[in-house]
Amino acid sequence: MTVTILTVDDSRTMRDMLRMALVDAGFRVVQAEDGLHGLDVLRGEKPQVVITDINMPRMDGFGFIEAVRQDAQYRAIPILVLTTESDDEKKLRARRAGATGWIVKPFDPAKLIAAVRRVAA
Amino acid sequence: MIEKSLNPQSREAEFVAFRAGSLEFCINIMSVREIRGWTPATAIPRAPSYIRGVINLRGVVLPIVDLGVRLGLPGTEPTARHVIIVAQVGERAAGLLVDSVSDILSVEDTSIQPTPDVASQLARMFVRGVIAMDGRMISVITMDNVLPAGMDLEAA
Amino acid sequence: MDPMAEIRLTFFQECEEQLTALENGLLSMQEGDSDSETVNAVFRAVHSIKGGAGAFKLNALVNFAHIFETALDRVRSGELVPDVDAMKLFLRAADALADLVSASRDGGVEVTAPYVAIEEEFNALIGGGGAAAEEDEFANLAFQPIITAFDEPPPPPAQNVFTIRLRPLRELFAKANEPLALFRELARLGTLTSICDIKNLPFLDTFEPEDSYLSWELRLETDSQRAAVKEVFDFVEGDCDLAIELAQSATAPPPPEMDITAILRKVREEAPAIAAAAAAAAPPPEADAAPKAVKAAVQPTIRVDLDRVDRLINLVGELVINQAMLTQRVLHSSHVRDREVTSSLEELERLTREIQESVMAIRAQPVRPLFQRMSRIVREVADATSKDVRLRTEGEATEVDKTVVELLADPLTHMIRNAVDHGLEGPEQRVAAGKAPEGTVKLAAAHRSGRVIIEVSDDGQGINRPRVLQKAIANGLVPPDAQLSDSEIDNLLFLPGFSTASTVSNISGRGVGMDVVKRSIQALGGRISIASAPGKGSTFTLSLPLTLAVLDGIVVTVDEQVFVIPLTAIVETVKHEPSRIHHLGDHSFVLRVRDVLVPLIDVGAELGVRGPTSDLRSGVAILIETANGTRSALLVDNIQDQRQVVIKSLETNYMRVDGIAAATILGDGRVAMILDVDALVGPRHHDWVAAETPLAKAS
Repeated sequence: MTVTILTVDDSRTMRDMLRMALVDAGFRVVQAEDGLHGLDVLRGEKPQVVITDINMPRMDGFGFIEAVRQDAQYRAIPILVLTTESDDEKKLRARRAGATGWIVKPFDPAKLIAAVRRVAA
Repeated sequence: MIEKSLNPQSREAEFVAFRAGSLEFCINIMSVREIRGWTPATAIPRAPSYIRGVINLRGVVLPIVDLGVRLGLPGTEPTARHVIIVAQVGERAAGLLVDSVSDILSVEDTSIQPTPDVASQLARMFVRGVIAMDGRMISVITMDNVLPAGMDLEAA
Repeated sequence: MDPMAEIRLTFFQECEEQLTALENGLLSMQEGDSDSETVNAVFRAVHSIKGGAGAFKLNALVNFAHIFETALDRVRSGELVPDVDAMKLFLRAADALADLVSASRDGGVEVTAPYVAIEEEFNALIGGGGAAAEEDEFANLAFQPIITAFDEPPPPPAQNVFTIRLRPLRELFAKANEPLALFRELARLGTLTSICDIKNLPFLDTFEPEDSYLSWELRLETDSQRAAVKEVFDFVEGDCDLAIELAQSATAPPPPEMDITAILRKVREEAPAIAAAAAAAAPPPEADAAPKAVKAAVQPTIRVDLDRVDRLINLVGELVINQAMLTQRVLHSSHVRDREVTSSLEELERLTREIQESVMAIRAQPVRPLFQRMSRIVREVADATSKDVRLRTEGEATEVDKTVVELLADPLTHMIRNAVDHGLEGPEQRVAAGKAPEGTVKLAAAHRSGRVIIEVSDDGQGINRPRVLQKAIANGLVPPDAQLSDSEIDNLLFLPGFSTASTVSNISGRGVGMDVVKRSIQALGGRISIASAPGKGSTFTLSLPLTLAVLDGIVVTVDEQVFVIPLTAIVETVKHEPSRIHHLGDHSFVLRVRDVLVPLIDVGAELGVRGPTSDLRSGVAILIETANGTRSALLVDNIQDQRQVVIKSLETNYMRVDGIAAATILGDGRVAMILDVDALVGPRHHDWVAAETPLAKAS
């Protein structure tokens, strides 16, 4: 069964790059543009893993992760956060909000896939 | 009818042969987009005498060149029996008004002889060679200079 | 196209959008908007550009964007409240960022000086380079780092054997981490065996499903080093008790057993406290976070290839022609005069027209991006001329055909530059004249009677008419004793040859005169006019067609040949009784229309359809007005009707013909020429003005 990954990022460029790396590795990818949209797609597609950016309009990454962790049905879904290297406090905040792990931007496709594998049950 | 060459290297091309002003010509089939009957053309103000005007070719405005006039022969009033050969000229298309289309020839490159010296200045502009075949002298037309020179300046 | 190249294109497209959002947000902030969402949007725009740039290794762009982003982050967090100068810096930085994006896209950043200068200004603003981490977050958390094994033996050539003890805390599961996934990753590094310790597993009645009771002892034989093993647990550090020990390496003796049990106990005792603190510190979800952030409903949109749209428009154009042809044939076919057929045909025509309008609307775009570009131009010219200028815009949502938007950029730029450079006075001059020191340039767009009207106005000194007239005389454009009305003088600006070296400045110069602007507007099927009041300002008004593909026109005939005259040029049909026609010699005639004399143009002769008509009394005279407001009368044989026609290019396969704007295909399938009224009339009018000035008084 193909693993479905939901990518949430307001940057089209980033969504395209994530899609390319993930599809190449054999994953199925669904996308959303911000946290609110992400919640919609999450409920519709029920992915196995979520990758989300932090800075987004309408609902940012923190809000999204918290909303997911509070939802009885989806709280156990692994969520990886896209962070920039120097963003330690963001990383911490994301973890406290319930993020499973992180991927550093700009990302190396190999590391992206390794991170996904580490959390996909 | 078809000239066969013993040289495997020579290339064969197909030409559409036609008559204009009682002379025979042919044009490389690769340049021909379609052949259709005559429809009355709308005159273009201040156009050269060999431009008959423009017609509507499925929504595209197509200029019509009277080949006889272009070659310096007297023009004739076109009738429903005349034919328009729609030819590609670079990025443009144009229609050649001719008397009739005769047949399609398969000719090898090597069979095309240089234009004879007696040919007029005008003819040399559009004729890139002649084919002698069954007693016929068929001039090979190239579309390069058929349209008004001014158009080259517009091409970009 | 290779996928990376495609994404690169996407990235630069997205940069354009982000740059626009950035400029808008900054302008809004400059006007006093302090809404956090505005500031956030500005931050995100730069952040996004930086993110993508990093992926493509556009280092200059990344570095510049980084410092810009850092400064914006300070604003976002409230640490920095930008003053007027800071906002100007931000705007300049936005402009510089746009330039840097273009340079990065087109290949290589060469000139770094302007960016370095701005970076230094940022550093001064935020006090030193780089972002300082916030300390408070760390203080609250106080998590324990992974317990490490202690002596690091030198990398052994043979296999290492690691003993790994893992006891997940409930937080590990709360974050959806999964030991199984971690073990699978470990297994990729070598041979893994595991023992699960269940001794802490309670009876079912006290079993908490979200609690963690299991722990594992694992043995991994691998070629990898400690760092690689540790990396697998990167995500879960802090959420578990973890020990990685090198049990055995090829060369080094196994390290002594360490009693980590005591340390683990301590951690376990503190873990719940930490977890509780973490839970408390996490912000409560904001139920109303979403509605506040959404300023306006997001309209669903779809991206379409422009080629497809053009193809659709062409096809619809064909449909219109065919529908007209069908109608004509059916109506002319003698035996069918059925009322139902007629009404069906009318319905067909109505539907076709509606489809056409809808399709044309697809290419319609708001002028907003165009106006925004002008915003930057105003800033630059104002800076360069040391003037204080603000740009006001109106009607940015007005929609115009995409091609028109693109082709308007150059003429608008020139007019705006002119307005700031020549139109507006410097601050002292303005104050002396009793005006506010800040000059205003206004750009307005609106739809009016089926056209798009764009106004470029300034509240500057207006046109200096005596000087303009003088210059026109000096350049031989009007005779020395010419008496011209105010508006006629204003229109002299549009004459070719008006602008000379003396009017060319670095700003609005480059040898482009208003005549080029006028020609550009006319090429779009538009007109331009000018109004000015000395000391108060000037206004240029552009009138443009809504779409480029159709035209409303009057169909006329000259000697069996059919022509179309654009409706926008037509004033009225006029009676041309012999008593009203005056001969000026050498085939020039004028017609008296009420009390004004206008040139009478024999269209047939002018276009070479036939020789000059002997009898001017026959036919119909149509009074037309050209783009610069001058009037003439066109003499044709007959007027057929008014029609909307689809414009077909004559130049695609032929070439430009003087006096002919384009072609069209009529209902009978034949091609008809659309007259270029201005070209037809233009030169003639010139001569007339020059030669017959006494007549100009007869108005």
